[in-house]
Amino acid sequence: MSVVSDVDTVISNILNRYNSRQYLMRILQEVQSVYGYLPREALEKLSSIMKIPLSDIINVATFYHQYKLEPPGHYVFLVCMGTACHLKGNQDNYNVLRDALGIKEGTTTSPDGLVSVEKARCFGCCSLAPVIMVVSRDGSERYLHGYVNIQEARKLAFKYRGLASSKKKSGG
Amino acid sequence: MDKCCSRCWHTPEYPCKHYIRCRTEGPLCHDSPECRAKRERRINEIKYGRYGLKIKVPIASCTLAAGAKEVYNAVVKEVNSSGLNIDVGITGCIGLCHIDPWLEISGKDLPSVIYANVKPEEVPKIIKEYLSKDLSRAFAIRSRGSTPPSKVPLLEELPSWSNQVRFVSRNCGVVNPESIEEYVAFGGFKGLEKALNTTPKAVIETVKRSGLRGRGGAGFPTWIKWDIAQSQVSDVKYFIVNADEGDPGAFMNRLLAEADPYRVVEGMIIGAYAIGASKGYIFVRAEKPLMAERLSKAVEEARKYGLLGRNILGSGFNFDIEVILSAGAFVCGEETALIAAIEGRTRPRQRPPYPATKGLWGKPTVINNVETVAHVATIFQVSVDEFVRYGTEKSKGTKMFCVTGSVRRTGAYEVPIGITLKKLVYDLAGGPPEGRNVKAVQVGGPSGGCVPSDMLDTPVDYETLQSAGAIMGSGGVVVIDDKSCMVDVAKFFTSFTLAESCGKCFPCRIGMKILYDILNNITEGRGSEEDLEVLTELSDAIVGSSLCALGGTAPNPVKSTLRYFRDEYIAHIRDKRCPAGVCARLVEYWIDPTKCVGCGLCARVCPANAISGERGKPYAIDRSRCIKCSQCFITCPQGAVTKR
Repeated sequence: MSVVSDVDTVISNILNRYNSRQYLMRILQEVQSVYGYLPREALEKLSSIMKIPLSDIINVATFYHQYKLEPPGHYVFLVCMGTACHLKGNQDNYNVLRDALGIKEGTTTSPDGLVSVEKARCFGCCSLAPVIMVVSRDGSERYLHGYVNIQEARKLAFKYRGLASSKKKSGG
Repeated sequence: MDKCCSRCWHTPEYPCKHYIRCRTEGPLCHDSPECRAKRERRINEIKYGRYGLKIKVPIASCTLAAGAKEVYNAVVKEVNSSGLNIDVGITGCIGLCHIDPWLEISGKDLPSVIYANVKPEEVPKIIKEYLSKDLSRAFAIRSRGSTPPSKVPLLEELPSWSNQVRFVSRNCGVVNPESIEEYVAFGGFKGLEKALNTTPKAVIETVKRSGLRGRGGAGFPTWIKWDIAQSQVSDVKYFIVNADEGDPGAFMNRLLAEADPYRVVEGMIIGAYAIGASKGYIFVRAEKPLMAERLSKAVEEARKYGLLGRNILGSGFNFDIEVILSAGAFVCGEETALIAAIEGRTRPRQRPPYPATKGLWGKPTVINNVETVAHVATIFQVSVDEFVRYGTEKSKGTKMFCVTGSVRRTGAYEVPIGITLKKLVYDLAGGPPEGRNVKAVQVGGPSGGCVPSDMLDTPVDYETLQSAGAIMGSGGVVVIDDKSCMVDVAKFFTSFTLAESCGKCFPCRIGMKILYDILNNITEGRGSEEDLEVLTELSDAIVGSSLCALGGTAPNPVKSTLRYFRDEYIAHIRDKRCPAGVCARLVEYWIDPTKCVGCGLCARVCPANAISGERGKPYAIDRSRCIKCSQCFITCPQGAVTKR
């Protein structure tokens, strides 16, 4: 119940600033910056207030890469899949991270909900390839790791899972 | 930007036509030696700091990733604690990624020196040595000042610099990207003032004379777009700058917009004046926050000084810019998809009508790339003649290229169009690392193609690259060495475009999926020789029948690798072998006994029970049972499992 009323205030705050189809991309960005993803209730609410079919909103939300429909972990690994990083072995690193964190086929977050692994587009720091960026859920922390090999990828997986778990314990 | 004295009456409401020129040559409306001296003093301060000594640290996404923030903090700390009279400032990326993070110390009558790969703890030593005129640690000297020649090379003597022509990137790594005053002191907005003093037709004529072609990919002449939009009768027109850079391996737009955002804004205002647009949008990817922040700040500052808004510089021309954060999709490189995104929708549409006649909300719209508008600003600031000195008959001027992959000096280099790939890869980027050989160069990103190493004499211009099977694209150049598999490279790009296909038209949506499946089969040893015929035929079909340029160019990597590296495809199909040792299913796994510590993890994860051994001693793989799932390779904490 509390979540639903929370959605109400969040949405009306955002719509007070932007309320037209033209700003849908922006509105969804704002919703995501509050929750870290796009909760279904929020999309339904937007649809009924803005009089845009829910299917249209989901169309936009699934079309662009920035939007997430599932809550991410406390830390998110963004594995760069730019050309230089691919050639220097980031696909192997990606597989190692998923393996180390026990992420199941078809999902991007570890079963304990602590850490996510996602593929990302080029960060533009190809000189450090292969590159893995780690961001915290709220975006306040951002760490970039360059020249990563599969041993290091495994270490990074455990390191950030540890950090996420202590964050979770402290209620963060 | 403060005024030289109270007699300057410029405000955004009552603008002065000569406001910009007055900043560098003024005062123009009255004669006052004090004002002139004040102006000159201020420009000197900007260049050399208030005390004649300045340290600049580049703050850009790429340098931050390499640790520039820590270096910046170390410099501030050292200057504060030592009580030295030194100004500390920020600048943008210089494009030489291999020296990140770097810093530059310069002063009036002192040498201007660049230090490469600086670690925070080295900062005090660097400053101390510089002040005692010991430059031995430096990477390069930008200008020598009065110091005698030393072993340290001049920047312009380095091959990575001497082969460049810094036209549009002239300010990158030089000015403070967050200061409009610095931009103006280095000649900024002069081009706008010039343009506003002529007619829109004359502006288009100038761009026509320059022969400038779009730097975002297709190379369409900029003036034609502008001319069509200019001739439309409409209550509103729009001017959009596409800063939603999405090519993996290309980052020149980000670099330019982060290092010199005002140039983008200036070029945009000139373009809007030419076509008569009243509203502009900069479409920038939200995932590149610093680029968005710098562009937003530039727009805000320009508005504050009356360079945006009503009656810009007294010309009667009204124009304003809004920065829009893109949620990111590669297809937004297609004009109609970008327009859809701004309207809050998705997917491209059929053309014609072209955006220049019917674009955003059905109104005439021009969409230009970041580098294109930055070129416009520079052409008006400097001169058309300077621009046309470079380039080829059909493609004038310079272009920025990002050279990445298997090279010693990754970087963004600005070179005249028509330079050979060899020069770009070997002279500028330093060629492959020790012991590696260049096999191919991939030009133009996912829509481009691979040029084999024996064709590196190919000049880089729009037409020649196209006939070689690649495209100029936005200028991403990825060097591929003998440790990479060309089928895997084709599969990589196909997987990229497949994921980015919007799904509206079926040739791209289904065709790319089939291309990918076939390539995947080949890399897993299930390919047949008929597959190669299907790849060729299907690629042509996708190119010929897709709705937009994404599908129209997506098969290029497949086509070009088939054309030049057919033997690698054949090796995968006939011999079930990946010559480069990349494709997981076609290599042999092997445990290096010198690295194996005998932990037994690999044996535990092996689904085929192919690994055996005794704890504490090196394990071994039974190749007759190995199913090549690569699980042991991924699991080994020692990196002892290798592919060959």
